[in-house]
Amino acid sequence: MIAGIYTLVILGGISYTMERTLNDYHLTVVEFLGIYVILAVSLALTNSFTGLFSLGHPAFMAIGAYISAILTFPPIRKAIMMPALPHFLANMQLPFCLAVIIGGVIAALSAFIIGFPVLRLRGHYLAVATIGFMIIVQVLITNMNSLTRGPLGINGIYPYTDIWWVYIWVVVTVYTVWRVLNSRFGRAMLAIREDEIAAESLGISLTYFKLFPLVLGAFFAGVAGGLWAHLVTAITPSSFSLPLAFLLVVMLVIGGKSITGAIIGALLIGIVSELLRPLEMATQMYGLTQIVTAIGLLAILIKKPGGIAGSKEINLVSLYKSLKVLR
Amino acid sequence: MLELKGVDVYYGKLYILKGINVSVKKGEIVTIIGANGAGKTTTLRTISGLVHPRGGSIYYNGKEITRESSNNIVKMGISHCPEGRQLFPYMTVRENLLLGAYLRNDTNAIKEDMEWVYSIFPILAERQKQIAGTLSGGEQEMLAIGRALMSRPKLLMLDEPSLGLAPIVVDKIFDVIKELNGKGVTILLVEQNANMALEIAHRGYVMETGKISLQGSARELFEDEAVKRAYLGG
Amino acid sequence: MSFLSIGYILQQVANGFILGSIYSLVAIGFSMIFSIIGLINFSHGDILMLGAFSALAFITALHGPIWVVFGMVGVVGFLIGIAIERVAFRPIRSAPQVTGFITSLAISSLIENFGILVLTAQPRSFNIPDYLNGLLNVGAVSFRVIDAIIVALSTTIVISLYMYTKYTRMGMAMRATAQNIDASRLMGINVNRVIMIAFAIGSSLAAIAGLMWGAKFGQISPLMGFLPGLKAFVAAVIGGIRDIRGAVLGGYVLGFSEVLFVGLLPPDMSGYRDAFVFTLLIVILLIKPEGMLGREEEVIK
Repeated sequence: MIAGIYTLVILGGISYTMERTLNDYHLTVVEFLGIYVILAVSLALTNSFTGLFSLGHPAFMAIGAYISAILTFPPIRKAIMMPALPHFLANMQLPFCLAVIIGGVIAALSAFIIGFPVLRLRGHYLAVATIGFMIIVQVLITNMNSLTRGPLGINGIYPYTDIWWVYIWVVVTVYTVWRVLNSRFGRAMLAIREDEIAAESLGISLTYFKLFPLVLGAFFAGVAGGLWAHLVTAITPSSFSLPLAFLLVVMLVIGGKSITGAIIGALLIGIVSELLRPLEMATQMYGLTQIVTAIGLLAILIKKPGGIAGSKEINLVSLYKSLKVLR
Repeated sequence: MLELKGVDVYYGKLYILKGINVSVKKGEIVTIIGANGAGKTTTLRTISGLVHPRGGSIYYNGKEITRESSNNIVKMGISHCPEGRQLFPYMTVRENLLLGAYLRNDTNAIKEDMEWVYSIFPILAERQKQIAGTLSGGEQEMLAIGRALMSRPKLLMLDEPSLGLAPIVVDKIFDVIKELNGKGVTILLVEQNANMALEIAHRGYVMETGKISLQGSARELFEDEAVKRAYLGG
Repeated sequence: MSFLSIGYILQQVANGFILGSIYSLVAIGFSMIFSIIGLINFSHGDILMLGAFSALAFITALHGPIWVVFGMVGVVGFLIGIAIERVAFRPIRSAPQVTGFITSLAISSLIENFGILVLTAQPRSFNIPDYLNGLLNVGAVSFRVIDAIIVALSTTIVISLYMYTKYTRMGMAMRATAQNIDASRLMGINVNRVIMIAFAIGSSLAAIAGLMWGAKFGQISPLMGFLPGLKAFVAAVIGGIRDIRGAVLGGYVLGFSEVLFVGLLPPDMSGYRDAFVFTLLIVILLIKPEGMLGREEEVIK
């Protein structure tokens, strides 16, 4: 408990310092990293802890991004850009916080609907079905011109996302996932990962315990989508596609099968791509980032399949204790 | 002919074979008996190169084969008729037999050998074009043995050939094993049915939890009190 | 030509045939690799892309007859298949299935981004010699010379491959390895070699399909392989991924249904074509996961 408060304060302090000292560009990078952490930790719910290999995270993100963007958009501009919106949406403008939560809830709802049939599939069949789902969502967004402006995407979204919103949602995501893992739910999920058949014979309801991490993960993906939309201010259907799903998977594989691992992976990949992007621009070597990421992934898969952190977690309490000993 | 010296095998972290020594001389029938999970099947899988040992060595006709690949081991004349038959279930009886002769190029001799297998197990001749997966258990075992013979082995390793078969079929199969041995094929036989195995074998080994706990001539093992109690049902 | 006339429908059927011929070739590769080592090779579609670009290079550089280009592209695919298997998939062969899948994602990303790096993401036009664009008319149906070549070549390849697996020694070894990998080792089959050949043949067909794709649609880009690759996987699943015949059947079924979806529904629905394809995939996986010709297997718990 005390360790948790310490962490909150320290992270808050870091955020405050960064807000005061960093320039806009670097602050944006930090906010991106935070969003990556939310995405990776929430994807770990299914992919790392329950052994369900999903590639559908960008679809949930897209849903959250589009819903929240439409909800925070000023009605006057909606009338011009999205003439076919139903009446109640056209005249509605919600506060950012509420819009993001609604985006997350609707993403979770869609996970619930798609999860029921799809979660019966095994292993990489599930992976392919989730890619299928991602493409379906993408096609729908692209073709519903009057709601989403189709391939043009929505631009001019107000940049509500700041470091404090990112801070709050990172904390909420990590805390929630940590609580889930250390509950009855979490143990059931791990049991499913280790041995589905045995878990079922112990009376663990597979559908329920598989659906739960997918839906919860989708909620946070939706939230992350909302934050992302209000950070980059312009979204198109192609922003949420396989390369992004791949990047998230790479984070989890490189980091390892734990919350700590997911965070490490997200930060590492995030930082590497932010460092390489300017280089890519300067040298006109587009694709370099992805090449480096893919090679890194292959190296980890062959040399250290468990990832950097393995399945270990940092224990905050003993971390602080050891720091006090040092003092 | 075959010599295992201090062979250690692990499956991941599980220590399965703990420094076992086994030897088979030319012309013998040697049997390994023991309970389920004692490591008998792993021993055969190690000899045929499906699993590689972490320690110890295996010699065949004086040549070390510890790290050889399966296909080279088959080439040297060791044929392994695995537990649970492991046929190619969607292929015909004929195709299964042909695959047994996969490494051979002597088309005419292959044909002769196929006739020979059919003469040992006439039922297979009748079922030539049938899909292997649809055969009865006994027919599948005959096909598995026939397939193992198609490589013209010098050493034939059989893993639980009696498993799940009617007594009449088991008798037939054991007759065939003796007959093959009479024709000069050396046999390494893994069996849970210790009675039958010791009846036809010259020598035997008893395996317990990954170790050889006892060895001797078939007669000695037959009369050993501990073996009687544990494996011979009284 | 009026909507829904016999002529219109026949024309659509012809188009379905052409598209199906291409999907079939790509689907076969998925099927060969999957049935032997249980890997969904996500990078398969990118080999189609590499095939298309090398075809363009050969056509531009050689001005030779098209069958020579087809042959060379086939060889290129063959070699790429061997290289990918050696470098990426062999080292992780004993790892869990999902690791193989992630590896193939990485390979796919590598190939696509190297493509972007070297060739830029801009689509290029894929020009074929004029005589291949000449129109042939059979009754009310018209198609180009190249379309006829696509269908004929694809059919020939499929039949010869079927004969190859049925009657040759290597073909038998392939089927055996797909059915029981350990037993195949015990027969003396060099399983590593079988896997390598499966990758090589599968990739070779994908590369040839890349040439066909470029010729049919006239445009290629480094990212072009993603959708046809994924759809060919869908095709293989529809037909039954464990069997070459299933993959071919699935390829044609998918080709026809796509063409009919676009051809017979109102035009503003055609944008939803890909959503339809993947909904079809999910539905098939749920109701008949072993596919039309498939044998039961554990796709579903």
